[in-house]
Amino acid sequence: MLIVKKLSKHFKGFVAVDSVSFEVHEGELVGLIGPNGSGKSTVFNLISGNLSLTSGSIRFDGQELAGLPSHRVCHQGIARTFQIPRPFRKLDLLENVAVSAFFGSAVPIRREEAWKRAKEALGIVKLSGDSNVDVARLGASGLKKLELARALSTRPRLLLADESLGGLDETEMEQAGEMLEHIRSEMGITIIWVEHIMGILMKVVDRVIVLDHGEKISEGLPNEVADDPKVIEVYLGDKNEVGHKAADTTVESLQSSDYISRKQC
Amino acid sequence: MTRFSKFTALFLLAAVPFLDLPDYYMHVLILILIWGFVYTGWSIMGRFGLVSLGHGAFLGIGGYTVGMLWNFYGITPWLGIPIALILATIVALIVGYPCFQFRIIGHYFALVTLALAEVVRLVIIGMRDYTGGSLGMTPQRYGEGMSVYAFQFVEKDYFYVIVLLSWVFGIWVWNLVDGSMARYSMEAISDDEDASASVGINVTREKLKITILSAWLTAFGGVLYGQYQMYLNPDTIAGISVSLQIVFASIVGGMYVALGPTVGAVITILLSESLRILVGVELAGLDGTIYGIMLILFIIFLPRGILGSGWAKPLEILRFPKDKPG
Repeated sequence: MLIVKKLSKHFKGFVAVDSVSFEVHEGELVGLIGPNGSGKSTVFNLISGNLSLTSGSIRFDGQELAGLPSHRVCHQGIARTFQIPRPFRKLDLLENVAVSAFFGSAVPIRREEAWKRAKEALGIVKLSGDSNVDVARLGASGLKKLELARALSTRPRLLLADESLGGLDETEMEQAGEMLEHIRSEMGITIIWVEHIMGILMKVVDRVIVLDHGEKISEGLPNEVADDPKVIEVYLGDKNEVGHKAADTTVESLQSSDYISRKQC
Repeated sequence: MTRFSKFTALFLLAAVPFLDLPDYYMHVLILILIWGFVYTGWSIMGRFGLVSLGHGAFLGIGGYTVGMLWNFYGITPWLGIPIALILATIVALIVGYPCFQFRIIGHYFALVTLALAEVVRLVIIGMRDYTGGSLGMTPQRYGEGMSVYAFQFVEKDYFYVIVLLSWVFGIWVWNLVDGSMARYSMEAISDDEDASASVGINVTREKLKITILSAWLTAFGGVLYGQYQMYLNPDTIAGISVSLQIVFASIVGGMYVALGPTVGAVITILLSESLRILVGVELAGLDGTIYGIMLILFIIFLPRGILGSGWAKPLEILRFPKDKPG
């Protein structure tokens, strides 16, 4: 469905993404992980058209996305969420989603249809209680859900979910993981999930791609990747630097979100 | 505002010509309606953070295009008006497209538009052989000055009806935008362009649409002003001062409310007229000074303008309700 080939992005001299290639198949839930600054969000920005790529190709169902502005990418059926929620603060909750449904639809739709789709999307993310609420009053979890609802309201076939668990507590993370799983299995939407808290992600995804310093260093099933020495090194750093703790590290501790998230914060 | 009070208000406004008011009062009313229309046109885009300091350019394009086509080629304003609107569209595209495509927003956008108003004023002055330069020009009178063909109405009652209809049309357009999806997209764009584009909003196109709409209304306002005064002057109808006056009045009245810009017109015109009568012409710059002081006070204390502020409850009746579907 999505074929990314030799994708590179340079910011002046800095290489943010270096010749990354990967494929995502229809119906998959793929995790894209890596330490801070490894280029995960940049890859998303390149696919969604928020950034223009330096070289490489991104094909979605055979259609080249490179060079398309982001609204066109959205109309192709790719929706995204942002790592830091970016609600439209002058609009209320329902309006936020309705404007996305109306303009994000690949074919023009009527206004009534947009309001309907907005309500549906809010229902999916369990945020339909008070739809006229001021978005400034939503908490971190509510804003994450709003991001997701906005993306879903455009009726995407591929969802790019960017670090959707940042700033949430343990239960909220569990719920968000379940929600993505639900969106994939019930709605049939293919998902790429960027995350640096590995614990929950590893339980839910089919496949994991690991980035470090803009390069792909590993790819495979969650348990294969967790055992990959390169991944362990990237996530836990040089043994001498981290000291005894890293030496004793096992896959279990690697998967405990606690350790990783503290390291990333 | 209920449907009933809306129609009552319209009826009362429409009945004014039958009151046989002295010419001077009709003059003030006409000015208020023309400028109320122009300010409404400005606020259609201004309310979304597209602060244009150059709308005088569109006024000038409207007034001068119609006036010159009439004087030099005898082309009726009925043809001149569409030509003026096309010219306004071209200028809006020339300025708007690069600005929106390259994400020139906020202060930088305001500065670009400020230059636009001056360019148009200087072009008018530079073409003095055709436009009369800074001395201004007078559209040639057609017969007795009462002609639908020439869009000239020396009788104030007639012109009043025309500007009243135009003003009602302006308010209707404002409300149309206010209740449309375009409003939501513009609010979203004014907040976060990247996020708007990511949910499928074509940022450049949406901004251009609203800019062209605003340019049309303003250019038509320029036509009305020119045909009413039967005199065009680059300083009163183009340039920075009139552009800033548009911004000032819209902010004072409240650009987020349909009738706000009109209230701004009432205030500014009553202010300048009463100053003219009370102080005379000795202190010619006084109204400008007072505008400046008021603008500062409003931006600090009432940034949403008179109608947009809570303390103006008694004026609440002037606000149109927002009817959001769903």
